[in-house]
Amino acid sequence: MFYREAGQYKSTYSADMAVFPLKQDRIGIAVILLLAFVGVPLIGNDFFTTTVMIPFLVFSLAAIGLNILTGYTGLISLGTAAFMGVGAYACYKMTTLFPGVNIIVLILLSGLFSAAIGVLFGLPSLRIKGFYLAVATLAAQFFLQWAFVRVPWLFNYNASGAIEVPLRTVFGVPVTGATATPETRYFVCLCLVVVLTWFASNIVHGRLGRSWMAVRDMDIAAELMGIKLLNAKLTAFAVSSFFCGVAGAMMIFLWYGGGEAADVFNIRLSFNILFMVIIGGLGSLIGSFFGAAFIASLPTILKFGLPAIGIPLAGATAEHVTFMLVGALIIVFLIVEPHGLARLWQIGKQKLRTWPFPY
Amino acid sequence: MNTKTMMMGAALGALMTAGAAVAPAQAQDSIYFANNAYRTGPFSGSGIPIGDGMRDYIAMINARDGGVNGVKIIYEECETGYDTKKSIECYEQAKSKNTVLYSPWSTGATLAAIPRAHIDKIPILSMAYGLSASADGTNFPWVFIPPLTYWDGASGMVRHMANELGGMDKLKGKKLGLIHLDAPFGKEPIPVLENLAKKYGFEVKLYPVAAADMQNQGSLWLSIRRDRPDFLYNQGWGAMNPTAVKEAIKNNFPISKLVGVWWAGGDDDARAGGPEAKGYKSLNFNAAGTNFPVIQDIIKHVVDKGNSLSPKDKVGENLYNRGVYNSMLVVEAIRTAQKLTGKKVITGEDMRRGLESLNVDEARLKEIGMEGFATPTKISCTDHSGHSKMYVAEWDGTKWTKKSDWIEPLKDEVRPLIEAAAKDYAEKNTGWPKRSEACEKSS
Amino acid sequence: MTDIAARPAPRLFANPWIKAALITAAIVLAAIVGARLDGSGTLYKIVIDPFQQMVSAPDLLAQTIWEGLVSGVLYALIALGFVLIFKASGVFNFAQGIMVVFSALTLVGLYEMGVPAFLAVILTLGVMFLLAVTIERVVLRPLVNQPDIILFMATFGITYFLIGFGESVFGGNPKRMITEQLYLPSGSIDLKILGGLVSLQKIDIAAAIIASIMIAALGLFFQYTRIGRALRAVADSHKAALSVGISLNQIWVIVWFTAGIVALITGIMWGARSDVSFALEIVALKALPVLILGGFTSIPGAIIGGLIIGIGEKMGEFYWGPLIGGGIESWLAYFIALGFLLFRPQGLFGDKIIERI
Repeated sequence: MFYREAGQYKSTYSADMAVFPLKQDRIGIAVILLLAFVGVPLIGNDFFTTTVMIPFLVFSLAAIGLNILTGYTGLISLGTAAFMGVGAYACYKMTTLFPGVNIIVLILLSGLFSAAIGVLFGLPSLRIKGFYLAVATLAAQFFLQWAFVRVPWLFNYNASGAIEVPLRTVFGVPVTGATATPETRYFVCLCLVVVLTWFASNIVHGRLGRSWMAVRDMDIAAELMGIKLLNAKLTAFAVSSFFCGVAGAMMIFLWYGGGEAADVFNIRLSFNILFMVIIGGLGSLIGSFFGAAFIASLPTILKFGLPAIGIPLAGATAEHVTFMLVGALIIVFLIVEPHGLARLWQIGKQKLRTWPFPY
Repeated sequence: MNTKTMMMGAALGALMTAGAAVAPAQAQDSIYFANNAYRTGPFSGSGIPIGDGMRDYIAMINARDGGVNGVKIIYEECETGYDTKKSIECYEQAKSKNTVLYSPWSTGATLAAIPRAHIDKIPILSMAYGLSASADGTNFPWVFIPPLTYWDGASGMVRHMANELGGMDKLKGKKLGLIHLDAPFGKEPIPVLENLAKKYGFEVKLYPVAAADMQNQGSLWLSIRRDRPDFLYNQGWGAMNPTAVKEAIKNNFPISKLVGVWWAGGDDDARAGGPEAKGYKSLNFNAAGTNFPVIQDIIKHVVDKGNSLSPKDKVGENLYNRGVYNSMLVVEAIRTAQKLTGKKVITGEDMRRGLESLNVDEARLKEIGMEGFATPTKISCTDHSGHSKMYVAEWDGTKWTKKSDWIEPLKDEVRPLIEAAAKDYAEKNTGWPKRSEACEKSS
Repeated sequence: MTDIAARPAPRLFANPWIKAALITAAIVLAAIVGARLDGSGTLYKIVIDPFQQMVSAPDLLAQTIWEGLVSGVLYALIALGFVLIFKASGVFNFAQGIMVVFSALTLVGLYEMGVPAFLAVILTLGVMFLLAVTIERVVLRPLVNQPDIILFMATFGITYFLIGFGESVFGGNPKRMITEQLYLPSGSIDLKILGGLVSLQKIDIAAAIIASIMIAALGLFFQYTRIGRALRAVADSHKAALSVGISLNQIWVIVWFTAGIVALITGIMWGARSDVSFALEIVALKALPVLILGGFTSIPGAIIGGLIIGIGEKMGEFYWGPLIGGGIESWLAYFIALGFLLFRPQGLFGDKIIERI
């Protein structure tokens, strides 16, 4: 009843191709943005902001990155964490080499390094497919992680191999470093994620995105139609790694605040991000957000939320129960809706359209 | 999409809100102390006895004395699984609950928490782990690393080598191998060892073990066989240690020349090697066994009442006792803070003062039933470690025994390095706050 | 319907093996020439020195190869579990690693509760059977006909669940494998050959023998029994198998149970080498390069892949690792596999990928 497209006429092609063609969608996105920019800082405390919201944003961005590769182009990658690591280390090196440059610019630039490495490790994708490619990208994962530990230049010859996040300000407000407040860090993350999501949305709805999808659906057919596989696959790797790289830099600079970085970008993180993409919905940007919320935030919320609502679970038992619950929920969700949470979202919208008279 | 999923969504929503509302839960007449633990994950083998020891000592203080000067300690464990992400969550939770002390229990977690703690004014107690440079109180007013740092440990290892060989001058031309976890924790001793190697003319060979290959050390031990080091120092943790002991036996490496850092001295680590592990050594700063009044009290007040998570036969194991030692430092620091401030319920800032004036001397050790359990430790305003003594423990096939005298670390070698590293840290973290906390008059 | 894979290729490079050999030869030649000309000796260290070491200390070479063989067999065992399940149900079973840990933990846990060792083995097999039935009922049956990646994801759910379940039942502390109670030998045979000492662990020898017996038994089982035939039919085509009256559900239970048995044996062997703990799960990742090298669908592929990876990574780490700081074992296996994969994208023995439009 409230969610209908009836009466909304498009008079130009550009209006028809808009990302949010429906008025209700535009209102909805405005509400979400308002909530994110105003609501969360108002109601959430530091604990909520740092342990739930910032990780959620970082993982969402990484999941969008991987979704471009896996969901839109059909190339499975298990090297996501390593590409994130490249972003983090590139950002770290740049902060020491160019201390005067705005940190947000550096975070965005570090994505480019990640993109370059991504293209390099994407080369085998021209020949290897499916799970074989997935395992092949593990080479990137393990090699890069090894490099993060073994190449002392990357961490400025720090004795313990840790990264230090220096204080950097934007317009006089500390953004990174110990004095940056959780709210500031959250705002920076949010702005980056919103801008990059908008960017991603435009890419995947444009010419490049369509060629990726053609490759995903059947690469030989796409090749016959005149899409250059080399270009399509490598751009997918580049764009995907760019997003992952920015997410990695955000992770260390805006969330962790330094420390043992090499171990953070481990194989488990790669798997987790792949699972965010699958659970959220392959080939759906909004799904990436759902997936990140499910895989990254759910364990945290279960762990700290269950005791808070009066279920007394502590220490190891809580951890075990969380593990079992998350495992069971993954299976349940897959059975209920194998196309991911994004599909549930669509079904929900469909229901809204016909509500309250479904027949 | 049916009712079931709807309901599930609603339940998740409720949880979300609940998660957002983790409220500070501090009663008026108690002290809240959050401790990280890892009873799950690949390192749980070392994490469980430590967690049990820490928990039981606090429980004993609460049960026997009714807390510290009548104030009960609320001890809460936060499970990290030795994962840095989870430890950051635990830090935030501890902070929101106004903990008097953060006990990170992993070097990665310590590194991540150090910058935050200086802003949030929460003292960190990383007992003989974490960042060695943080022993410099001038640059790290909020971080404490008693009784020893890894750098002290490395120098202790060199002294042990010298003792075995018969003098520091005999070190020349010898070869020391360092098996280490390829992570900040494992890499900590490298600078000191290399420095000492230059000075005394021995050679250091590094054998890194990637976290993924902890239980797969075959080729590493082949390299050891090729290089034939005279001594091996094992900076290992978790499942890496029992594997190292087994591989040493397998490769006919003389087991008595294999010395672990104090964290490689778990009973399970040595037991894995079977009878042939007899002679395996480990640095140590606390005694193993139940033959101390304090352990007896724990057995009486906690274990026998069924309030311990630990099986009775594991009480008194090396890592369990280390947990007890850590909790003792916490309790003593609380006591010192109470004395300094005159308050009963102290805050994190009081706790920092307490830790900075911590002085557990021989008489005090005797009073709390720890005579012979450890050596005195004294922390001062500039020295946040104390650089106390260690000894070499030997596995006799069933338990750890004290093999050597108390060894003092080469403080003259280590201290300048620590100060240089601390300065370097403060410089690299641009905007690192200058110490504004005043030193206590007594120290 | 054009078969793209059958495009004609240039004649000399028609055979990928010839191509590989030619390229390798060129690289080796260039390297040796380079080593002669290189002043700093870096290339000498890479190209010539390791081989000199091999010749000058043949006992260490023999020991390295033996170590490689043994770990290769163990990798192959884990890979075998993957292959069995992938062949029969097309599921890339990420949970194989945790099944190894879970079965070993069950065995040791039962023994600690006072069950005699061999009864514990039987009970563990019972548990693995129950697990297979449950997975088939709860996970596979509702997800039938879903894309591969969804099933892959579901096995991750199983992994999470088993980690939580296993730890809450048996506790997280590492346990000792009950090798003596199972009459597995310990100690070593020291051979004084090649001017040095080559020590062979009895448990490793036992592992190799048991693995060979098991692989042979599995081979016979697949080749000569009714169930084995049905399994192969299912592997060829689900639909065709269904139409001749083979019960897919039953077959799935059987393969998952077989994978469970393989997991138990793997768990015993790895557990005997170090300890039974959840850290073992990470070792299972080592089976992945073995899998892509051998091909997802081939049992001989898993074995030969395991041996190549095992020997390759040990030799690489031992002779070339120190040049770049060591610890290269963690990624070397993947690069070896990747190298093979560039010439055969479906692995050494995998089913040829034929793409049609």
